[in-house]
Amino acid sequence: MWNISGVNVGQTPVFRNSQRLLQGFAILLVTALRPKRTSICCVAGPLQCDRRKAARENNKYGDLQAMLMGLKRLFAFLFLSILTPMTFAQQAASEAVGDAVGEAERWGVNMTQGVTEVSRTTYDLHMLIFWICVVIGILVFGVMFYSMWRHRKSKGYQASQFHESTLVELAWTIVPTLILIGMAVPATKTLYDIYDTKEADLDIMITGYQWKWKYDYLGSDVSFFSNLSTPQAQIHNELPKSENYLLEVDEPLVVPVNKKVRFLITANDVIHAWWVPDLAVKKDAIPGFVNEAWTRIEEPGIYRGQCAELCGKDHGFMPVVVKAVPEDEYHSWLNERAAAAARIKELTNKTFTFDELYARGEKVYNSTCVACHQANGQGVPGAFPAIAGSKVATGPMDGHLSMVVNGSSKNPAMQAFGAQLSEVDIAAVITYQRSAFGNNMGDTVQPIDILNFKNK
Amino acid sequence: MAHGPKPGFTRWLYTTNHKDIGSMYLWFSFAMFLLGGCMALVIRAELFQPGLQIVQPEFFNQMTTMHGLIMVFGAVMPAFVGLANWMIPMMIGAPDMALPRMNNWSFWILPFAFAMLASTLFMEGGAPNFGWTFYAPLSTEYAPPSVTFFIFSIHIMGASSIMGAINIVATILNMRAPGMTLMKMPLFVWTWLITAYLLIAVMPVLAGVVTMMLMDIHFGTSFFSAAGGGDPVLFQHVFWFFGHPEVYIMILPAFGIVSAIIPTFARKPLFGYSSMVYATASIAFLSFIVWAHHMFTVGMPIAGELFFMYATMLIAVPTGVKVFNWVTTMFRGSMTFETPMLFAIAFVILFTIGGFSGLMLAIAPADFQYHDTYFVVAHFHYVLVPGAIFSITAGVYYWLPKWTGHMYNETMGKVHFWLAFIGLNVTFFPMHFVGLAGMPRRIPDYALQFADFNQIASVGAFLFGAAQLVFLFNVVRTVRGGGKATDEVWENPQGLEWTVPSPAPYHTFSTPPAVR
Repeated sequence: MWNISGVNVGQTPVFRNSQRLLQGFAILLVTALRPKRTSICCVAGPLQCDRRKAARENNKYGDLQAMLMGLKRLFAFLFLSILTPMTFAQQAASEAVGDAVGEAERWGVNMTQGVTEVSRTTYDLHMLIFWICVVIGILVFGVMFYSMWRHRKSKGYQASQFHESTLVELAWTIVPTLILIGMAVPATKTLYDIYDTKEADLDIMITGYQWKWKYDYLGSDVSFFSNLSTPQAQIHNELPKSENYLLEVDEPLVVPVNKKVRFLITANDVIHAWWVPDLAVKKDAIPGFVNEAWTRIEEPGIYRGQCAELCGKDHGFMPVVVKAVPEDEYHSWLNERAAAAARIKELTNKTFTFDELYARGEKVYNSTCVACHQANGQGVPGAFPAIAGSKVATGPMDGHLSMVVNGSSKNPAMQAFGAQLSEVDIAAVITYQRSAFGNNMGDTVQPIDILNFKNK
Repeated sequence: MAHGPKPGFTRWLYTTNHKDIGSMYLWFSFAMFLLGGCMALVIRAELFQPGLQIVQPEFFNQMTTMHGLIMVFGAVMPAFVGLANWMIPMMIGAPDMALPRMNNWSFWILPFAFAMLASTLFMEGGAPNFGWTFYAPLSTEYAPPSVTFFIFSIHIMGASSIMGAINIVATILNMRAPGMTLMKMPLFVWTWLITAYLLIAVMPVLAGVVTMMLMDIHFGTSFFSAAGGGDPVLFQHVFWFFGHPEVYIMILPAFGIVSAIIPTFARKPLFGYSSMVYATASIAFLSFIVWAHHMFTVGMPIAGELFFMYATMLIAVPTGVKVFNWVTTMFRGSMTFETPMLFAIAFVILFTIGGFSGLMLAIAPADFQYHDTYFVVAHFHYVLVPGAIFSITAGVYYWLPKWTGHMYNETMGKVHFWLAFIGLNVTFFPMHFVGLAGMPRRIPDYALQFADFNQIASVGAFLFGAAQLVFLFNVVRTVRGGGKATDEVWENPQGLEWTVPSPAPYHTFSTPPAVR
């Protein structure tokens, strides 16, 4: 169906800007389409108009004048039609973006040089080919524009009738081939470098899910999901947008600097692509297959990227954030994460109150379930079922447990969360769902019940 | 003439006349162009600002998918078939197409295919939302139920294209006037002959891949599901084995049109006719061995990456030859700049820019940064909009006086050109920038640093859309009346189509003309 959201059109920035847009176009069209005589007459006044008319009738300078007038109109038209959208868009953009992004980052026109050797080599390769194209472009377009300027019928130029030259044709077949070979050599070298995933210091398994990333630090117990942390209110224009709008996550991938980190990339549902421009790493995450990539980051810092392969509804909302830290900081972070994982495991045996579970469940819901079932629990009709008043959430506990732990047998979009969330979080989110959104079941389920259900 | 067209609607329903069918193809294609264009405007309106304003992500994805499918299969391909129907018999001195009844059939199944495709917008779960490239498993296990209708409509479009292609091959090979040897054929005929072979070769592959999807969805096979022993990457290989020749299907006839227009307005024969033919054939051959350059990031072995990189770079050679030939044709000509010539020159310049970004994309290591960003969107819109759309527009202005017997309004044509030219560049040029700066394609919302260029692009898109209304108005006006066109229309144009009266009679070349 037409999923057009119920926005009040009159108050949106789009509408305000579109008024300005219309004004611009009106001026543009009037200038361009005004009939020849009136356009100059109106501007120049009756006196000059008469003189021009006389000149035209005389036909002494008539041709020249007509050409000048034509050129004038053409330039006015070109100028306005480029300027109008530019100024208008610039103003509107400033309004929308506000102070959130520094001027330096705006109007970015080129690839990043990045923070790895590979990213710099890639950048150099990109610029090399770009400049070769620019030179060829200047030559070809130069000849073309020269010819369009000189060889016009209106200048009385007589057409020559030549139509072949074996020598010239051979030359422009062979020379481009040589240029291509020149490009292929550095490209091949870089490609070999990118493909060399041997002898890594650290392996991280990256798994794409609709619509989040999971990171497993191989050889340790550390494993977590990385979800978009931009609040829905910012996306729906209810709050001002923060600096890293759509490029921020709850838990970034933490890696040590100056270590060769190998990524083993796969997916759980559909194809995703893991991409961080500053690392020059982009690799498809394909369900059932494992791809390899690697990086060696040279400067500590936070590097942001996004999923690059269309993966469904929230493809635009699954960013990648990599935090590169010095090695000792990395190790203390890893130990802390391992200890936290152990603590969560211990919690499985604890008995929680309804309020504790409900509060925790709300957080889990808002990071894990909200993308499909929506903040109000109403889902998206035709695509994602509602939680509010659903048969599962207001039915027997076992059915609800099974849906969350094992996923839906009918709809692959409902994943098996048993392996994705801890027992505590599953217990919390189920408790939450059964009492939120007016479901009012009021019952609780404890982490140990989830464990027992899984082991059944 | 023996007899004219039947009166009334049945003329169009039952017609086997190549001119009637050509006109129907062209009008159908223009309608689809406007429909697909409106979808593009929905996309651009949503991308005007960061945040979600107008549509939700599910619907946004349906718009990108339908825009692509409708433009490729509904606007560009039928327009070229329409031009082929009108012009090929007149260019080779044939009385009609070789298989006129099949011609009627291949057109009339198209409106049904697209009605079915468009109807998915109103189905539960919405229209196809997996991109026009419909990668599995997003388009199989995770697809909305309407995917089955999508598959069926693709089958019908494919059947239509194959029939159209067979008809064109049969016409060109069998119905040339005496003396019209292959190497005397106009380049439009040559490029269409080669395009028709491409169509016959790859449309069945597309039919195969959607059938495999159908089997996966409804009959329990696992071609593209790793869980059942299949491979999602297999989908991409099969799809792009169709998809890459497909992009040349959308550009080779354009080469033919431009090669007809530039010599006419430069008043000078086309430079390097035979090298043009060989270049077209080389491009067609290369199109079959470069498909995986669309898949550099799927994790192919390095030998595969290198092979597809080198093969792709090679395409620059014959394409370069064509561009050099056009420029040399203009060189030392005696040029005038009527609307068809303006569109043809813009074609050469902008298509070359699209070719440059194509060469950049061919470099595999650099492609890792470009892949699936707006840089790619900019690239293929630069080759398809000024490539396919501008050449079709140029062709329409060029031959419209011959079709209707009336001259179009030159001022309005020029206004159309400049609006379209500026609109196109304002729309698509900034996309190079946001793409390089890191904006992925197919996203309904974006990070703040991409806001400025996206707003400019959106404004340009509406300008480009408005330009097409000028075109529509001009064409309708010309069909209904206007200054009388001479039989030659232009100054000493080459080709048999200019030897028949304007408007071209319902039946032309009932007796074959003499070809020198």
